[in-house]
Amino acid sequence: MTEETTAPLKILVLVKHVPDVQFDRHIDSDTLRLDRSESVLSELDEYAVEAAVALVESQGGFAAGHEVIAATMGGKSASNSVKKALQMGASSGIHLNDDALAGSDTVATSKALAALIEHVGAVDLVVTGMSSTDAETSVVPAQLAERLNFAQLTHALAIEFDGASRELTIRRDHAERTLSMAATLPAVLSVTDQANEPRYPNFKAIMAAKKKSITEVSLADISLSAAEVGTAGSRTSVLNATARPAREAGTVINDSGQAGIALVDFLAEQKLI
Amino acid sequence: MPSALVFFNELSDVPSKAQRELLTLASRFDQSTLAVASEVSQDAQNVVANYGLSKLFVAPSQGDVFVDHALSVLEASVKQSAADVVLVANDNFNREVAARIAVRLDGAVITDAIDVATDLVVTKDELAGSYSAQAQSTGGTLFVSVKPNSIDDEPQSSGQQLEVQTLEIQSATAAQVRVVATEAKAVSDRPKLTEARVVVAGGRGVNGDFGPVEDLADALAGAVGASRAATDAGWITHDAQIGQTGVTVSPQLFISAGISGAIQQKAGMQTSKCIVAINKDVDAPVFEIADFGIVGDLSKVLPQAAEEIRRRQA
Ligand SMILES: Cc1cc2nc3c(=O)[nH]c(=O)nc-3n(C[C@H](O)[C@H](O)[C@H](O)COP(=O)(O)OP(=O)(O)OC[C@H]3O[C@@H](n4cnc5c(N)ncnc54)[C@H](O)[C@@H]3O)c2cc1C
Repeated sequence: MTEETTAPLKILVLVKHVPDVQFDRHIDSDTLRLDRSESVLSELDEYAVEAAVALVESQGGFAAGHEVIAATMGGKSASNSVKKALQMGASSGIHLNDDALAGSDTVATSKALAALIEHVGAVDLVVTGMSSTDAETSVVPAQLAERLNFAQLTHALAIEFDGASRELTIRRDHAERTLSMAATLPAVLSVTDQANEPRYPNFKAIMAAKKKSITEVSLADISLSAAEVGTAGSRTSVLNATARPAREAGTVINDSGQAGIALVDFLAEQKLI
Repeated sequence: MPSALVFFNELSDVPSKAQRELLTLASRFDQSTLAVASEVSQDAQNVVANYGLSKLFVAPSQGDVFVDHALSVLEASVKQSAADVVLVANDNFNREVAARIAVRLDGAVITDAIDVATDLVVTKDELAGSYSAQAQSTGGTLFVSVKPNSIDDEPQSSGQQLEVQTLEIQSATAAQVRVVATEAKAVSDRPKLTEARVVVAGGRGVNGDFGPVEDLADALAGAVGASRAATDAGWITHDAQIGQTGVTVSPQLFISAGISGAIQQKAGMQTSKCIVAINKDVDAPVFEIADFGIVGDLSKVLPQAAEEIRRRQA
């Protein structure tokens, strides 16, 4: 790789503040919205931050002028996820903070994020996790590629970047095949948990993150109106949401030599064989 | 009555179970059409006709293009069919194509559906299946990706005349993404993991040997799955991974062997109809959601169960 000729890369990594998957998660039966009080950086976005920072490190590092901007949208507390990304090595943050964003579906979310990315300007590469852990649609990266007219390199199992040609190559599963796919920047890259091992910020990184800035922007700053996002700007409406009854533990037996037979008896009883 | 369009990127002579489920779903609607972004053989056309679909759009692909061709075919067929609802499979590729065209045509997109009623109310899973929700479009074409194993495959008895129309797709611009290499995956005789009636999955507890898991799966004519610990260890391919970052399964019977039951693993299997767990640790979280649990060594329990099934079937 010819580092000298690599023009500085402007990478924007999208991070989402989501309810912690380790706890019970709830959808409010009146508002039909997810309770977001116990939220953290989506664990799948850690792979995106890692991929962005590692890509910069492979191209001469931040000293070469490359940038990794951690971006999020959502209420006030969402900036905590940007802070975590800064600790993992992102160089700065931007937070689209507006109450009107609440209730955005994928169409409205991708509209707001595309406007945010255009507001930042001259972005070469947008990096995301493979899916959010709350809505789990995994389609926003593809919708961003559509809106920004960027190449879609999604669900990457492995990532390679050639600085000289500015070509990004990924591996991805597709039907009964694994494909290697390449595109010249600009691109949207979504990263699976197969692609890397996210770093754990050390004390020095945590201290360094405190000096990094997070810019706050409103919808007006990115030239969107409240009606274009949130519930009003969504193309879907949720009619109801019901918790499925929690699964209950059934019979548990200790194997004293015949448990395999007991298992088959159980399957026969349940008419499963 | 609204009209439906089903979209497949590929269709082999023998449509997959998930594809047949989508065709069944489409047959609930009026004047349903199918669009396929590749060649469709006469055999496949005969199967499609059995679902009462009236029209087939085909647009043979132009070599190894990734998403661009599928996008053009879906866009053109949505416009030509003027369908109210577009039904696609729930895999990453199809939902991404549907979601992009929804943006392009100012439509709505809903993923992880388990049912679509004729009034276009969609029932879907939320939060890894711990909630069930209903949603609809607020206007514009509705694009829905439907989970496999959600609809019963029910072809109609009398085949209808299928009108086949080849779409003229002009690729105006060069594809943004080039496919530089393609590797075929090993084909298995077992049922497809996402479509199987029975799944037997192994975790770190198999300790490198999937033999007992595979043997029990074969005795039950089921598919083989795994936890991430097992796929990360390289004991089985990544395709077998079940969970948050693997595939989601919802079979009639799920047998979990040597898997602790971490939250990310449960996310991919907790909507199974019946769960059986074998684990040597009585405190393994998987027992909290198992209908039948065995505290024991999988290397003893699985072979004994497989042998007993074969004995009873003999
Ligand atoms: C972002 C992220 C995404 C993830 N996505 C997934 C995912 O999609 N799928 C997934 O599975 N995991 C996923 N994980 C990992 C998950 O958190 C767990 O680490 C993983 O599921 C553990 O696998 P395991 O149960 O096989 O291993 P362990 O947790 O080590 O459990 C092994 C179990 O085997 C039992 N055992 C050992 N020997 C025997 C024996 N001889 N007989 C019977 N029982 C035995 C032990 O008692 C133990 O309970 C993800 C993690 C992260 C952070």
